[in-house]
Amino acid sequence: MHIPDGFLSAAAVGTTYVISAGGVANAVRVARGKIGEKHIPLMGILAAFVFAAQMLNFPIAGGTSGHIIGAALVAILLGPWAAVIIMSVVLIAQSFIFQDGGLLALGANIFNMGIIASFGSYYLYRLINSLLGNNRRGKLVAGFVAAWGSVLLASIACALELALSGVSPMAVVLPAMGGVYALIGIGEGFITIAVLSMVMSTRADLLKLQRI
Amino acid sequence: MNKKWWLMALVFCLVLATISPLASSSPDGLEKVAEDKGFINTGGEATFEVAAGYIFPGIENEALTTIMAGWLGILALFTIVYGLAWLIKSRKGKATTE
Repeated sequence: MHIPDGFLSAAAVGTTYVISAGGVANAVRVARGKIGEKHIPLMGILAAFVFAAQMLNFPIAGGTSGHIIGAALVAILLGPWAAVIIMSVVLIAQSFIFQDGGLLALGANIFNMGIIASFGSYYLYRLINSLLGNNRRGKLVAGFVAAWGSVLLASIACALELALSGVSPMAVVLPAMGGVYALIGIGEGFITIAVLSMVMSTRADLLKLQRI
Repeated sequence: MNKKWWLMALVFCLVLATISPLASSSPDGLEKVAEDKGFINTGGEATFEVAAGYIFPGIENEALTTIMAGWLGILALFTIVYGLAWLIKSRKGKATTE
């Protein structure tokens, strides 16, 4: 879902840069008060994991592929503001080193895959987890739905930016993006709960960290 | 025991990058929509290139160059985010002692 340069209008570039810069600045401020010794290695590992997992495109229907975003897993384990920091660093590295996602589109990519996906999944997870009970099954079902929802929400944000930039009408690009990413989100859901259950069985203590 | 788990986790990420040449090379969701809806050509070329498209500079072999780019990215991101988190935490420490 990395937007390349050229797709977005100057207004969309400017707006998303301002929002994302504000979001990242606030994320650092929030993290300063909450970050502890145990968060540090987990933050590093999750950044490495998100980057690695994003290289693994899996095929979906119709000659299309998708990869996970990873924001849901990070937000569930570390909280939404920590997820904003991690996703932003990954997206900046992808854009600067690997030219995956445009430099001008970086603000929009951080907004969609960093801010929207992190907060969307975090609150979906909390809501469903509280409805189903805080047991293993409740956590995994909540994790799946939150991960799926994070991809759909990010794709809707991306579609809105494209439509507002005038590259494609809203009535065309919104259902097209939503349809493709509703499928890719299923992959995100399965991979998220696979990693969550791996962490649960080997390092259950990491699920009890204070969320940032 | 603790250190071993983190090391295993890092190795797990490196293994993921090692299988990345097997990943699907079909266009991703956004690219496919852009092709279908006729706005793929509004995208411009990158203004500069470092390791564009997950190619490690100077390595010709297609699979190897992707794996190397993946390893580079994983080690760089682990180090940067670990360092950043440590820095954020240590600034908190400073604020309380000042």
